Amino acid sequence: MITSRYIKENYVRRLPSAFCPGCGDGQILNAIIRAIDHLKIDRKDVAAVSGIGCSAWIPSPYLRVDSLHTTHGRPIAFATGLKVANPRLKVIVVSGDGDATGIGGNHLLHAARSNVGITVIMVNNGLYAMTGGQVAPTTPHEAKTTTTPYGNPAFSLDVSRVVAAAGASYVARWTTWHMNQLIRSIEKAIMKKGFSFIEVLSQCPTYEGRMLNMDHIQMLEWFKNKFREDADGIYKIGEFVDIEKPELTEELEKMIERVKK
Amino acid sequence: MKAKEIIIDRNLCKGCSICIHVCPKKTLGISEDINEYGLFYPKVEDLASCIVCRLCELYCPDFAIEVVQE
Ligand code: SF4
Ligand code: SF4
Ligand code: SF4
Repeated sequence: MITSRYIKENYVRRLPSAFCPGCGDGQILNAIIRAIDHLKIDRKDVAAVSGIGCSAWIPSPYLRVDSLHTTHGRPIAFATGLKVANPRLKVIVVSGDGDATGIGGNHLLHAARSNVGITVIMVNNGLYAMTGGQVAPTTPHEAKTTTTPYGNPAFSLDVSRVVAAAGASYVARWTTWHMNQLIRSIEKAIMKKGFSFIEVLSQCPTYEGRMLNMDHIQMLEWFKNKFREDADGIYKIGEFVDIEKPELTEELEKMIERVKK
Repeated sequence: MKAKEIIIDRNLCKGCSICIHVCPKKTLGISEDINEYGLFYPKVEDLASCIVCRLCELYCPDFAIEVVQE
């Protein structure tokens, strides 16, 4: 049985975290740790990469594996480099919705398309939290943010569906209410040969909660009641893609062998 | 299963009450005291009711609560 003492002794670099009280980011850190522990993989074979944003703090500095804390929107590019240089590594990117779809959306598309064997965990709180709660590509229509005080006139991106369409090998969406499902999904994603993507709806009480007039407990209740496997659109959770197909570094390896001859 | 002790680390706890909310047995409640950050941390209301499901540990964002099994 995994206890918080065991987690603190083995997997966390330092605490307390910089996250606001009740923020879902700590829960996602907890889930990633449990998945790594369940898989019994050597910590030396895992590398974590993040960009900029509150959720970028999940792997760096808190998760005790080798980590790269990179520039805004670029963790997937750095992670692809890591994977190509050392295909044996399990590379995990933790990126916010703003980082992964706003600043670095193109990297996400092309990582899915090329099916590079990395895992991207996208923490979705529907806005740019670290910089002050600005509108993001994931902000729902008419939702208030700091930069859309009268409601978002634009429409949000269903990121999981886009990544699935772009060719990922594994795509799932959960919320911080669905901790056990999330842990199970992270395990599958890490072991997946090709590109794997998990979207986690996470409560940001400080900005998202303030705009929605909900505290973090109400947001967790909202996740529990509204987000279901038989729901539609962004409210639909579950595993959307789980397939096997040729992976980029394997294809590269084959190409190198071919050219050598 | 029975709990021997439930330890709440007052230096890590941010008083978010998520543990209290997810506990199926209402073992935990909010204390009247505040910690160093000025936050109301949880307290054990009824240790005997705890079934050591560890949902509080699974959901705590800050690794601040630990259930010691008997
Ligand atoms: S601003 Fe929001 S996402 Fe960032 S740490 Fe605070 S609650 Fe979490
Ligand atoms: S272990 Fe389960 S029953 Fe005991 S306090 Fe935690 S959540 Fe409640
Ligand atoms: S969930 Fe953790 S941080 Fe929140 S009140 Fe409980 S012990 Fe404290």
